[in-house]
Amino acid sequence: MINYAQFTPVSALLGGALIGFACLLLLLVNGRIAGISGITAQILTKPNASNLWAWIFIVGLLAGSFIGLRTLKITAPNLDISWLSIIVAGLLVGIGSKMGSGCTSGHGICGIGRFSLRSIIATCTFLISGAISLYLTK
Amino acid sequence: MPLTTSKSLFYYLSVFIAGAIFAIGLQVAAMVDPNKVKGFLDVSGLWDPSLALVLFAALVVFSIGFKLLIQPRIAQDSTPLLSASFHLPTRKNIDKPLIIGAILFGAGWGISGLCPGPTLVNLVHFDAKLIVFFVMMLLGMQLAGLLKR
Repeated sequence: MINYAQFTPVSALLGGALIGFACLLLLLVNGRIAGISGITAQILTKPNASNLWAWIFIVGLLAGSFIGLRTLKITAPNLDISWLSIIVAGLLVGIGSKMGSGCTSGHGICGIGRFSLRSIIATCTFLISGAISLYLTK
Repeated sequence: MPLTTSKSLFYYLSVFIAGAIFAIGLQVAAMVDPNKVKGFLDVSGLWDPSLALVLFAALVVFSIGFKLLIQPRIAQDSTPLLSASFHLPTRKNIDKPLIIGAILFGAGWGISGLCPGPTLVNLVHFDAKLIVFFVMMLLGMQLAGLLKR
């Protein structure tokens, strides 16, 4: 059954279009894929000429977040799960995105958007795995 | 890397703007809210299809742009507007790390409702649980990187 009280189709489509546009801009102008897990992994190494763009992208993300915070009145996320769940889930997201070469942005948008079979399979896999893990832990 | 030093200012400015738009897009779509993401993954309960529309709209914009603006440039051996080359993934094979990685990633995503993008964007709240999640995610990436070698 659809949860009509929570469903926000207009803002979902608008926000999604902005995300798609940002991914397109980064690839067209800079030749880079907006895969956030890959970009995040870059900050595990010191800034240098070849990964400076990833650092700047993250600075841009945080700056955009601050702007949105003020204009859209975004409240802090309510993470109502245990500390153990936070630790386990954080590790799983880190290990899984590195091992699987991408996350929701890299595979889900940039990968599928380039018609990559690897990304279509990865996205279907983590959607199913996500639904199952939520069902088992909620 | 940028083409020339004179272009590098605009190169990095564009990267910065792309990051900012990406973050605002996540906020507009409410994908920074882990409970909204869980509402989508919760197919057994009351289902919130919003995330599917976010992905759909992002894919429409990106794939049409890719087809019309990027593919022709690649086909003509042309470069991105301000960079020397396109850095695109080259692997095509469906291997074990892809599948196992996606299963593990999905498991963590389902438990928390968080993936790397929203985690970074939410850092501005200085929420203790979120910061621990972020550090654990970095640790996980480091561990998986060591295992690969």
